[in-house]
Amino acid sequence: MSFLIDSSIMITSQIFFFGFGWLFFMRQLFKDYEVRQYVVQVIFSVTFAFSCTMFELIIFEILGVLNSSSRYFHWKMNLCVILLILVFMVPFYIGYFIVSNIRLLHKQRLLFSCLLWLTFMYFFWKLGDPFPILSPKHGILSIEQLISRVGVIGVTLMALLSGFGAVNCPYTYLSYFLRNVTDTDIVALERRLLQTMDMIISKKKRMAMTRRTMFQKGEVHNKPSGFWGMIKSVTTSAPGSENLTLIQQEVDALEELSRQLFLETADLYATKERIEYSKTFKGKYFNFLGYFFSIYCVWKIFMATINIVFDRVGKTDPVTRGIEITVNYLGIQFDVKFWSQHISFILVGIIIVTSIRGLLITLTKFFYAISSSKSSNVIVLLLAQIMGMYFVSSVLLIRMSMPLEYRTIVTEVLGELQFNFYHRWFDVIFLVSALSSILFLYLAHKQAPEKHMTP
Amino acid sequence: MASLDRVKVLVLGDSGVGKSSLVHLLCQNQVLGNPSWTVGCSVDVRVHDYKEGTPEEKTYYIEFWDVGGSVGSASSVKSTRAVFYNSVNGIILVHDLTNKKSSQNLYRWSLEALNRDLVPTGVLVTNGDYDREQFADNQIPLLVIGTKLDQIHETKRHEVLTRTAFLAEDFNAEEINLVIEKRYFLRDGNQIPGFPDRKRFGGGTLKSLHYD
Repeated sequence: MSFLIDSSIMITSQIFFFGFGWLFFMRQLFKDYEVRQYVVQVIFSVTFAFSCTMFELIIFEILGVLNSSSRYFHWKMNLCVILLILVFMVPFYIGYFIVSNIRLLHKQRLLFSCLLWLTFMYFFWKLGDPFPILSPKHGILSIEQLISRVGVIGVTLMALLSGFGAVNCPYTYLSYFLRNVTDTDIVALERRLLQTMDMIISKKKRMAMTRRTMFQKGEVHNKPSGFWGMIKSVTTSAPGSENLTLIQQEVDALEELSRQLFLETADLYATKERIEYSKTFKGKYFNFLGYFFSIYCVWKIFMATINIVFDRVGKTDPVTRGIEITVNYLGIQFDVKFWSQHISFILVGIIIVTSIRGLLITLTKFFYAISSSKSSNVIVLLLAQIMGMYFVSSVLLIRMSMPLEYRTIVTEVLGELQFNFYHRWFDVIFLVSALSSILFLYLAHKQAPEKHMTP
Repeated sequence: MASLDRVKVLVLGDSGVGKSSLVHLLCQNQVLGNPSWTVGCSVDVRVHDYKEGTPEEKTYYIEFWDVGGSVGSASSVKSTRAVFYNSVNGIILVHDLTNKKSSQNLYRWSLEALNRDLVPTGVLVTNGDYDREQFADNQIPLLVIGTKLDQIHETKRHEVLTRTAFLAEDFNAEEINLVIEKRYFLRDGNQIPGFPDRKRFGGGTLKSLHYD
């Protein structure tokens, strides 16, 4: 009986998450495109719903809500479903949509998408070899095999994102890094852009007039095509068409220049807006936050280095340690069990919410930047795949932030993965990502002001 | 050549509707083989004989400024684009007949080009009245072009074309629906695209683009 009640609670919450994912997809991701294949939207919402359910189960674990056996059952079921989606469904559909875009293979879409899926599975399986993630007693098609590989990919993604985010966050918030942009700079650049456009236009006018006179005289401009065409064009070429090819080359160079100027002007406008924003109250608040985050970022890099160099993995979670410190050093006595439960709930809840929100925002930005009307389906599915893997590995890593008594369910359900390996791997990739982001941002920052020096 | 007058026409629309292909078709009389993303603005020129055959015949250079990007771009990109909107003689709004959103976005495109902001009023928007206010005093002729008609199945064509008829009326513009089919083009590239006869002439002094 209680199992039924628990299941209905879980299913209601899943439907709620599904609806949220659906709305997010329609309102945010696809607000400029038309959804023609509803299957994409369904897959995205389903992935989102099942990932959020996993987090929900962790919260329920901490709070002690629901019967423990029904929790265990739902864990297992949830995990199976999400692995099925991440390993079978989403990659297959990604392959299917990629193949649909290529005209040549249109007729045998299914066949080629199956082939693509098989290639994906092969590389996915190979991924497990170089890493010491499993104890050797497991069979070939068990949950642990799949989860370990998904975990590796997801942890790599998490570490890359958080490394870059840790460095980029203070860089964007602090106004110290804002280059000084004046209106005269912008006006000068715009004038250069319009001059370039005018030059392009005058050259194209010449070309159009030349073509027209050639056409009226009966010559036809044949572009040299193929091997013989090129040989022929060396010896016999009408003077008109020679001129045209020359002017065309100049026009191509000018068009490239105009594109560069356009991008630089947009950049200058964006910097100018940021400067104005930083003078407002909100901007000053973010500036202050930026200092705070930069200290946090430096500390995290330091800790990651220490972890790797001294080869240690934290044995106790921050909650228990915090309570230990307060009880032992500060001498404050309080009911440890009661408080540890609530504090870990709050801490884990904050981690979950910020990581979900951060991921969705990053995905949206990424999607706007690179998608076009043709590739939007493929990109959304890729994002769904990334999101699923990210959330699965968050569950793996969150285990470290929970006190021992709550870790058991995660350990039980996920089997005997070498959790320590994942933490070490996270630290390594985090360090690599943070250091390369620092290098990259430094180079980008150095290069920009030299372009706009007004003499 | 400098004595020929200058006519500047903007070509606006969402990403991927076919603006670059359209401009290439108009200026080079050929179908664009490998369309790619337009960054910034690409310009092409067509030599046009206005009122050909009459004593008032005059040759013009028509510049087609094909501006890339989307309506929802960052405001810095919009400010940069605004530099192209100066002293415009005509605006061509392109939308994709297979994509409803691109038609809806045309309102925002035209407002951006005409430098007007969307004024939020308390009035409920009915189908057409509110929008016509914005374009009532507009002197710049507008042309709405719908592309990719051949990709719509035969049975749905009438419904789509009726919807776009309303759209063109809202803008007080003329409307042409394009089918760019390869068989109309001969190898020496001096043929014309086949226009299905759906030219409605509304108000506005639009220079008619005649094809020889």
